[in-house]
Amino acid sequence: MAKVTFIEHNGIPHTVEIAIGKTVMEAAVNNNVRGIDADCGGECACATCHVYIEPAWLDKIGLPADGSQEASMLSFAAVTQPDSRLSCQIVMTAELDGLVVRMPEGQH
Amino acid sequence: MSDTPPRVVIAGAGHAGGSAAAMLRQVGFEGSIALIGDEPIPPYERPPLSKAWLKGEASAESLALRPAEFYTTQKIDLRLDTKVAGIDRAAKTAILGSGEAVPYDFLILALGARARRLPIPGIDLDGVLELRTAADADKLKAALGPGKRLAVVGGGYIGLEAAASARGLGAEATIIERETRVLARVACQQLSDFFEAYHRAQGVVIEVSAGVDCLEGTDGHVTGVRLTDGRLIPCDVALIGVGAVPNEEIAREAGLVCDGGIVVDLAARTSDPAIFAIGDCTKRPLPLYDRTMRLESVPNALEQAKQAAAAIYGRPPLPSEVPWFWSDQYDLRLQIAGIPFDATEIVVRGDIAAGKFALFHLAADGLVRAVEAVNASTEFMGGRRIVQRGKRLTADRIRDMAVTMQELAS
Repeated sequence: MAKVTFIEHNGIPHTVEIAIGKTVMEAAVNNNVRGIDADCGGECACATCHVYIEPAWLDKIGLPADGSQEASMLSFAAVTQPDSRLSCQIVMTAELDGLVVRMPEGQH
Repeated sequence: MSDTPPRVVIAGAGHAGGSAAAMLRQVGFEGSIALIGDEPIPPYERPPLSKAWLKGEASAESLALRPAEFYTTQKIDLRLDTKVAGIDRAAKTAILGSGEAVPYDFLILALGARARRLPIPGIDLDGVLELRTAADADKLKAALGPGKRLAVVGGGYIGLEAAASARGLGAEATIIERETRVLARVACQQLSDFFEAYHRAQGVVIEVSAGVDCLEGTDGHVTGVRLTDGRLIPCDVALIGVGAVPNEEIAREAGLVCDGGIVVDLAARTSDPAIFAIGDCTKRPLPLYDRTMRLESVPNALEQAKQAAAAIYGRPPLPSEVPWFWSDQYDLRLQIAGIPFDATEIVVRGDIAAGKFALFHLAADGLVRAVEAVNASTEFMGGRRIVQRGKRLTADRIRDMAVTMQELAS
């Protein structure tokens, strides 16, 4: 298992556990973390699991490739930043144990 | 309301019902939640049943909306294999099939829809299947494999997706469609043409303008579909995918207003203020199009689950979303934003022959009503925003790939 902390837009943190190999989106959904809608269920088809990656973790996780499906979806997500990712596209590894992400004000 | 925390009963544990329970807890609802469903397994995703799951690319576990322990930790009383058979509005109870009366302060009807049955001879033969539930999908998957022959009656999304998945499993597939083209009710001519050509190139046989006379069988098992022109389409398994019927009976019997779906407002409230209805079973307002309609889609189920949770928790109504839909077939991802009501012109952006394009549906004044995107997620996402904002665009600008979607949507 690995830990992920989701920080709501209002600053409230939620730390949850998720099995290695699952996605960051699943960590939120399985624990009912408010602020991750994940309308499409992890198909990279809706951009409602949008998070900002804390700087310390961005090097490990990286950004979506130019022209990728994720980059396309993110270009129309609500309030994107340079550190925006779709959490359904981030698979948890041992290296990401302790990951901290922040959530936008809304997903729609 | 009294000081005791309110009790919510959710009738139906599909995508809509399961999501409503989760969203109530997300917004902070502290009353009791009973989630009652007649299937034997906790809420799961239906879309993969005709797509990734059928092809064997998704596990049964991955279909679950939430892990099994979720319902315990979230204090949701999940009751499976249990049907809500009626509503006593005066007593404010949901009546179960066993006769047990479950009291509620708020009732959410998430009853779903069922496959429309064809009233033709042979419909009860073994090997004649429908595809709504995981149990249906199990049967279909078990019947498909290399060399098996699938006949699909109905060229809608379920039929096309099942045919594509069957090809992926090495089975032969024939689609039988009554109308002159597949996707006749849900897509424009160009899109139908594109999907027909793509399926044919993948080896699927498509029979359009083809009526079905009956299903034929030997020893109780289907062997073919007899068309009204006399031809027989031989098959080992037949999938009937000719639309769905809303499960509105218990609402109608209880005196709730129904009109081809349980009629609700934009808070998902029925004609009884203590009763909400969400998902495939509802007929809902679409303010963007000044109409009411039944929408069979996951995004609609989720939007209405949110509406009901907000209303029950006493939050203001949420802004209405643009309806959207998706379908995966082979390496194609179709994403549709909006519904082409009142559209008079279709503008193509991208290259249909290359399998990467979007069709913009414009009303007479250039108002964009819908965007159908094939392997064009940027066009889909931009299209949602354009439709939501009621933007007007010219055909020349839409066609011009030098103009980015970001520019079109801004």
